[in-house]
Amino acid sequence: MTMTELAVASHRRRLVDKTLYAGNARSVMWRGWRVASRTHYGIMISGFFEPVFYLLSLGIGLGGLVGVVAAPDGREIPYAAFIAPALLATSAMNGAIYDSTWNVFFKLNYSKLYDGMLATRLGPLDVALGEIGIALARGAVYAGGFMIVMTVLGLNMSWWALAALPATVLIAFGFASLGMAVTSYMKTFQQMDWINFVLLPMFLLSATFYPLSVYPQLVQWFIQAMPLWHAVELVRSLTTGVVHLGLLWHVLYFTVLSVIGIRFTTARLRALFLT
Amino acid sequence: MLRATDLVKTYGEKCAVDGIDFEVPAGESFGLLGPNGAGKSTTMRMVGAVSTRTSGELEILGLDPNDYGPEIRSQLGVVPQADNLDVDLRVRDNLLVYGRYFGLDRKIVARRADELLEFAQLSDRKTARVDDLSGGMKRRLTIARALINEPAMLLLDEPTTGLDPQARHILWDRLFQLKERGITLILTTHYMDEAEQLCDRLIVVDEGKIMAEGSPANLIRQYSSREVLEVRFGTEHNANAAKRLEGLGDRMELLPDRILIYAPDGETVLNQVIATGLEPITSLVRRSSLEDVFLRLTGRSLIE
Ligand SMILES: Nc1ncnc2c1ncn2[C@@H]1O[C@H](COP(=O)(O)OP(=O)(O)O)[C@@H](O)[C@H]1O
Ligand SMILES: [Mg+2]
Repeated sequence: MTMTELAVASHRRRLVDKTLYAGNARSVMWRGWRVASRTHYGIMISGFFEPVFYLLSLGIGLGGLVGVVAAPDGREIPYAAFIAPALLATSAMNGAIYDSTWNVFFKLNYSKLYDGMLATRLGPLDVALGEIGIALARGAVYAGGFMIVMTVLGLNMSWWALAALPATVLIAFGFASLGMAVTSYMKTFQQMDWINFVLLPMFLLSATFYPLSVYPQLVQWFIQAMPLWHAVELVRSLTTGVVHLGLLWHVLYFTVLSVIGIRFTTARLRALFLT
Repeated sequence: MLRATDLVKTYGEKCAVDGIDFEVPAGESFGLLGPNGAGKSTTMRMVGAVSTRTSGELEILGLDPNDYGPEIRSQLGVVPQADNLDVDLRVRDNLLVYGRYFGLDRKIVARRADELLEFAQLSDRKTARVDDLSGGMKRRLTIARALINEPAMLLLDEPTTGLDPQARHILWDRLFQLKERGITLILTTHYMDEAEQLCDRLIVVDEGKIMAEGSPANLIRQYSSREVLEVRFGTEHNANAAKRLEGLGDRMELLPDRILIYAPDGETVLNQVIATGLEPITSLVRRSSLEDVFLRLTGRSLIE
């Protein structure tokens, strides 16, 4: 390394901690892509169909019995159009969780992948961002696919639905980041099962299939603290076209979630592999 | 290239590396020889800038790893004790992806990957799964991977442990080629023959401390005699025989299964042994090795 390079290196250190970040998270994402492109297609997209089946069975099937329900602004909309955005948000979540929990768990505890990565120029923030990036990409792909299904079924009530796409990317980011942070602290399979144990009730109860107002106040507050509720509210408002400034709270919620998740993941990777 | 001064690493109460000093100039091939638990891997991880020292000074390629971890790592090649190849990727992809971690251009990485596969004699296994490779092939792939960034220094932690003799010889041959190219090698081993073949200079470590330092030949000269006579009288009789042989040669070591007598000329001592009227079951005269140096320094064998 020449003197100038060293000078540049020590200058950049002040902006971002260079021992944590080499600015090369894309190489980690590229690895994820190489692996994914070799993986069996069926495994990759099975998680995508789950919300689609919910939409078909509950939205179309049960929807025939329910008829119409109230949109966020009180307008009457078909039941399928009420639950579709919630399932869209869930789709983004599923994709993001797929890579950032079990996959990360195996890499951390069995395959020694991060050992190898962190022996190179990469820092823990590169690894965290790269892995979260891959998870996010899957979430976005799932959500994009679901959006197509919604459009075909005519369940988007407004042009604002287009804004639901970037919204699902942010949602996937938040869940990927949270998923990886939580997973990085997990040591056993039992602990990993807790994640599923939390995800299923969250999916069923976050105003996914019926409005929040059915709960008593205390339960409402609890649900409103859950990330999926924010995701559902944000996406539902967009696809039904009920847009107002209050939605920025949800955006803020996911931004904060993403940042906190990355910080914890980075700190944890550093503690595990660079001590 | 590398300078450690009073380097210490503790894990809680346990002192894994207990104040070691060494210096390695560019182009040298330097070894850490010691038994399991001596602190070799711990030292290698500090030199690889993935483990922070508890105290002491460490300078790698002129930089302090506490401040310049990524810069240092970008100029190192690391072959860890346990293989950590990417099992989700095929053989050649392992090299491509690893090269990208260093921020190298895709074209450069692709060219180097093919050269390195050639060097590692894996050209015909490009698209094989990592899990389908033999132990020796995996090690060669790990070495190839470690060279993808054209490192100034290559760290090898027990490169041939667990391999069969043939695989070891192939590996030694590859490493010797690297040595001839002038790349600085730092390697740990608990095989004395490996240390003798590959190291210009080495330190003998035990329980986190340096016991001796020098070239293999010098260490043998300094701590051992030219030749060793090994005699066996059967497990029960060795101790008695040793008493009667007292005074023969320069020095004697009594091991559970045999007696070692150190002398400049082993045959002469063997004749003296027979002259005492004792009849060894087997006898062997051999040249002194680093194993003997280690035994002399610690009273224990390298491999239990
Ligand atoms: N991460 C760790 N935590 C606690 N103790 C450790 C850790 N790594 C190594 N040790 C201890 O430090 C000592 C030296 O280990 P190591 O450097 O692996 O030896 P070697 O590579 O020479 O066999 C051993 O007693 C080992 O148990
Ligand atoms: Mg070791």
